[in-house]
Amino acid sequence: MIAKPSKGSAGKTGLWRTFKPVYDVEKCNLCHLCWLYCPENAIDVLEDRIVIDYDYCKGCGICAKICAKKAIEMVREEET
Amino acid sequence: MKKILTGNYAVAEAVKMARTEFIAAYPITPQTTIVERLAEMVERGELSAEFVRVESEHSALAAVYGASAGGLRAFTATSSHGLLYMYEMCWWVANSRLPVVMALVTRTIGPPWNIHTDHTDLLTLRDSGWILAMSENAQEAFDLTLIGFKVAERIDLPFAVGLDGFQVSHTAEVVDIPEQEEIDRFLPERRRDRPFVIEPGNPITVGGLTTNECAMMLRHDMMRDIEKVGDLVRNSGYIRDYDLVEKYRLEDAEYVVVMMGAWCGDAKDAIDILRDEGVQIGMLRLRFVRPFPAKEIAKIDCKKILVVERDSSIGKGGIIATEVKSVADSPVQSVMAGLGGVDVGVEDFVAMFRRFVEGDLGEWWM
Amino acid sequence: MKIKDLSKEKYLLPGTTACQGCPHALGLKTLGMALGDRFVLVVPAGCTTIIAGSRDKSAFKFPCLHVPFASAPAVATGLGSAFKKLGKNGIPVVWMGDGGSDIGFATLSGACVRKDDMIVIVSDNEAYMNTGIQTSGTTFWKAKTTTSPKGKKEEKKDLALIMLMHKADYVATASVGYLQDFIEKLKRASEIEGFRFIHLHSPCPPGWGFDSSETVEVARMAVKCGAWILWEFDGKFKISTQSKPYKDKKRRLPLADYLKRQRRFRHLSDEDIAEIERRIDEQWKIILALEKVFS
Repeated sequence: MIAKPSKGSAGKTGLWRTFKPVYDVEKCNLCHLCWLYCPENAIDVLEDRIVIDYDYCKGCGICAKICAKKAIEMVREEET
Repeated sequence: MKKILTGNYAVAEAVKMARTEFIAAYPITPQTTIVERLAEMVERGELSAEFVRVESEHSALAAVYGASAGGLRAFTATSSHGLLYMYEMCWWVANSRLPVVMALVTRTIGPPWNIHTDHTDLLTLRDSGWILAMSENAQEAFDLTLIGFKVAERIDLPFAVGLDGFQVSHTAEVVDIPEQEEIDRFLPERRRDRPFVIEPGNPITVGGLTTNECAMMLRHDMMRDIEKVGDLVRNSGYIRDYDLVEKYRLEDAEYVVVMMGAWCGDAKDAIDILRDEGVQIGMLRLRFVRPFPAKEIAKIDCKKILVVERDSSIGKGGIIATEVKSVADSPVQSVMAGLGGVDVGVEDFVAMFRRFVEGDLGEWWM
Repeated sequence: MKIKDLSKEKYLLPGTTACQGCPHALGLKTLGMALGDRFVLVVPAGCTTIIAGSRDKSAFKFPCLHVPFASAPAVATGLGSAFKKLGKNGIPVVWMGDGGSDIGFATLSGACVRKDDMIVIVSDNEAYMNTGIQTSGTTFWKAKTTTSPKGKKEEKKDLALIMLMHKADYVATASVGYLQDFIEKLKRASEIEGFRFIHLHSPCPPGWGFDSSETVEVARMAVKCGAWILWEFDGKFKISTQSKPYKDKKRRLPLADYLKRQRRFRHLSDEDIAEIERRIDEQWKIILALEKVFS
């Protein structure tokens, strides 16, 4: 009846992914829109880059769509 | 101190003396005067409770559920259609194991519209996990409300106190009210962390999805825990002694009547009349339906048992009779009477019991 | 509010059961960023029942109480009383879908009339999605659902305007396409006492029939074509910055671009789209009038 905060309440949801967001730090202007709009909260912000948590990223592709600099590209899983 | 109170006012008095902290209820005859009286008590400052005028019974128990989950001692009251409208919440509260107390002023379920007593409404809670008590008079309605809080908070199950519409709810009787200090000793402040508390900064999630096994274990544990209610009632430390049943002239009884509620008073008068004629008849009065006093019924050693009840399970018969038959050693006969509030008086009981004793009960439906 | 100033604390923990691109997940993560540790979530039946986690694992780093479908605002009333009585500083926040606000409409109304202390957020994906896309009160006119296979015949229920006329202490519309605006509105709501209501527009990829990457884009298109108007009432009625340009009809995106993006609207004829446009124009008239009335 009582549950406590846990990462991966649905398991490693990274397994759901068909497309994988691939990040190019060179193109990134650190606007952090990808972080704000990630529905999975699977993006972390560091000083000079962002980090995608592939254990949980479901590959929805919102981050790639919202990035004005095209610093995130969606690539089919088997091709990575 | 002795006061003259109706059953409903006696319940309100008990709720006040329990220092109840949250009340939400929606008016319905014959329950209404309980919450009217409580609203007066709150407005006059005699009771320091939040009183919420909700828009429905479903919301009444929902608000009480929220308050109880937040740690407050909470109360609601309803009848018949009000109970059916809040029915979903009744189960939610029970499975959440929150120690809510509710007064249930029994009333016939319509149609046709009918405001008079019938116990079928109370018995719809039978399988839910609520502890179900049924009082005989205003004094018991008062006492069982207080015992209700104590037992509910000990065992983390909600407690419903039944009282017959009008016959108890609106009938003024002498009620012996203990001193507030006695009640405070009997019923200390609620332990607010049981079974859980919802509060800011404490990131628990309650009531969400679980495994099927977990859902099954929840019901298993409720089943196990409700069996402790008998001992808790007997050893509650209340001013007066209470038990799951009342035994009336039962010691040497060859014929035993099983009943519950207000009309037991008249039935006892009928028993006295038959006793004067030399008939060895007595009564086992159910003060609780859940937990079902199975041991007490199994212990009855007599020629035969008659269950007289004010309820009906269409397609089966008397609800209580069905349950009594499942545990009694002696043969059980069943009468459904007084449905829809039909009046059943002392003379009716004398006639009914006489025919039962003579083995000539026949078809009863009155 | 700048992105850099937003809380980095994660209140929705990664690895939930939410679908890819779920708007509720966006809203829920934002809730925590806006309100921190000051709130308790009350969740009736709906998609969020599932998203919240299962067994001993909760996806939320805030307290959450699951409640029956029609009960949520009343439960929040009780919780709010408990916080007040026990001296705990916290806001009950009801998070429900359009289903919860259909079946629990009386409950919502009761809590609003009493001005009970809570924030109610209806995350509106315009159909009963958790049960598999059935028509709700807020389903858009002509949108196809599994119970309206030819398209809904009735108008969308305008919850936010109903709650405004219900004299809620604070009412706003918001969108998962504009999360900073949503955060600002949540913060504003949290500063006001009483009954506060936010109607959050939540485009649903599987329910509406668009790609999971387009949730934010579709939400923004709804605003840009004028079909979803962002506004706020806190005593004054204000059209929010993101919607302001679209007071001028000429600046709105073509409605067909928004509608044709979604599978639920693919069947619309040109006449249907013209009719929807007419209705959107009517809605703008009301909103602009309200801006004048509550200026």
